[in-house]
Amino acid sequence: MVRTGSVEILKALAVDWISIGRMDEWARRDSPVHRLDARAKAIVTLGFIVAVMSFPRHDISALVPFILYPVILTSAGGLPARELFKKILVAAPFALAVGLFNPLLDRRPVALVGPLTITGGWLSFASVLFRFVLTVWAALALVACTGMYRLVAGLERLGLPRVFATQLLFLYRYLFVVADEGVRMKRGVDLRAGVKKALTLRVYGSLMGHLLLRSLDRAERVHRAMLSRGFDGEIRVIRSKPFCAKDWLFVGGGLAFFIIARAWNLASAVGRLMTGSVS
Amino acid sequence: MTSVAMEVRDLYYTYPDGTEALRGVSFRVKAGEAVALVGGNGAGKSTLLLHLVGLLFAQRGEVHIGDTCLTRENAAQARRAVGMVFQDPDDQLFMPTVAEDVAFGPLNAGVSPEQAVEHVASALARVGMSHVRNRPPYRLSAGEKRAVALATVLAMSPKILLLDEPSSNLDPRGRRRLIELLRSFEHTRIIATHDLELVVEICARVFVLDGGRIVATGPVGEILNDEELMRAHALERPHILRHRHPH
Repeated sequence: MVRTGSVEILKALAVDWISIGRMDEWARRDSPVHRLDARAKAIVTLGFIVAVMSFPRHDISALVPFILYPVILTSAGGLPARELFKKILVAAPFALAVGLFNPLLDRRPVALVGPLTITGGWLSFASVLFRFVLTVWAALALVACTGMYRLVAGLERLGLPRVFATQLLFLYRYLFVVADEGVRMKRGVDLRAGVKKALTLRVYGSLMGHLLLRSLDRAERVHRAMLSRGFDGEIRVIRSKPFCAKDWLFVGGGLAFFIIARAWNLASAVGRLMTGSVS
Repeated sequence: MTSVAMEVRDLYYTYPDGTEALRGVSFRVKAGEAVALVGGNGAGKSTLLLHLVGLLFAQRGEVHIGDTCLTRENAAQARRAVGMVFQDPDDQLFMPTVAEDVAFGPLNAGVSPEQAVEHVASALARVGMSHVRNRPPYRLSAGEKRAVALATVLAMSPKILLLDEPSSNLDPRGRRRLIELLRSFEHTRIIATHDLELVVEICARVFVLDGGRIVATGPVGEILNDEELMRAHALERPHILRHRHPH
């Protein structure tokens, strides 16, 4: 089971990659958010992630206003929310694993809700999950309303070393091709295995080795194809428009909001305002 | 007298693992000519093509593109005259959309973005693929991929086209379209293939390669009709010639 695991992961990645391909289709749509410069969206999203991650581990209510950012990206960008949430769920086991031990390790009671005692562990567990949803949602929405290619090109113009940018793009382009080769090889093994368990450690090692060699061969062929079309280390693209006023506005507004929401607990402020006005 | 587009003189190449891939290959191709390079698996066809586009370099002998003798130093420059369509289009198409992929070569050659857009439009129109310009290449059918791969090369306006197994993995309709397309080109064409029926339809001359040497050369009708020669070099006399009555 464990040994077949990584092939299954490859397969899952391949399938997921196809749906990342669907994210590229979303990225080709048009909306005010789509029209923003990729750099502006990348900066604001990075600021968002830093702000969300910087909160103390028991905070939840102060995080609530941050949900505005992914909500705005999703709704203004016309992105299918349900599909996005499915993608968040794919990564959810990681967050669960990270937060899992918090309720066991930290049993200090911190709050009483009716008959229930809430411990610090459960609170931080909830906080981990909430942050996870916020950050993954924002990152996915960013890719879905920008497109991987424009995003990486934007990051490169922001100072990401060209080597990394090129690596990212090629990872994105060929992940599926390589995963597909892996799946085909696994199928070949299965067909000749009969009833016996197909993937012994020996077979598995050889399979992975072949996959690596094939990938190296392919890399060489791709490189040759690039050289024959004049590649010299730089990937040139037909440049889009320069950074304009609305991009500055987006960056300024977004970052200002995160700073304010980080400094003051807006949710409880609103709460006090409401209860204040009621009483 | 027509000018010589490409000339190879006594070319030798041995791979680092000791495989002698080319053992004294010489030939000459005239401008505008379509020639076929045929031979069994491992005859040296692909190795030879890599030399012709300046990706491998002669260990002995020379490759001339037009008047220039190809060297490591002038390869990048000389490559501009030569466009190569690789066997697996997935190796050749790596940009996010078809249009960007076709623009890759012209942009590298220093063409302005506005001009590149024009090059892209005309290259895609030439192969009948204008309608897929904004699609990602990996979503295309094998036939469309092949046509787009051809467009990526045409966009660089090469004088010589090298094609490695152009009809592999194509369905009959895709293959037919490709043949019509290749016939319509005015470029010098060098086609390495096992598809001898395709050779009969496109090429005038053929080189038979075996064991890293050219073992026969001549007009297509004469060479491919020689049953004994074909069989001796892992090939087969094409059906299309068997049923064709001599005029």
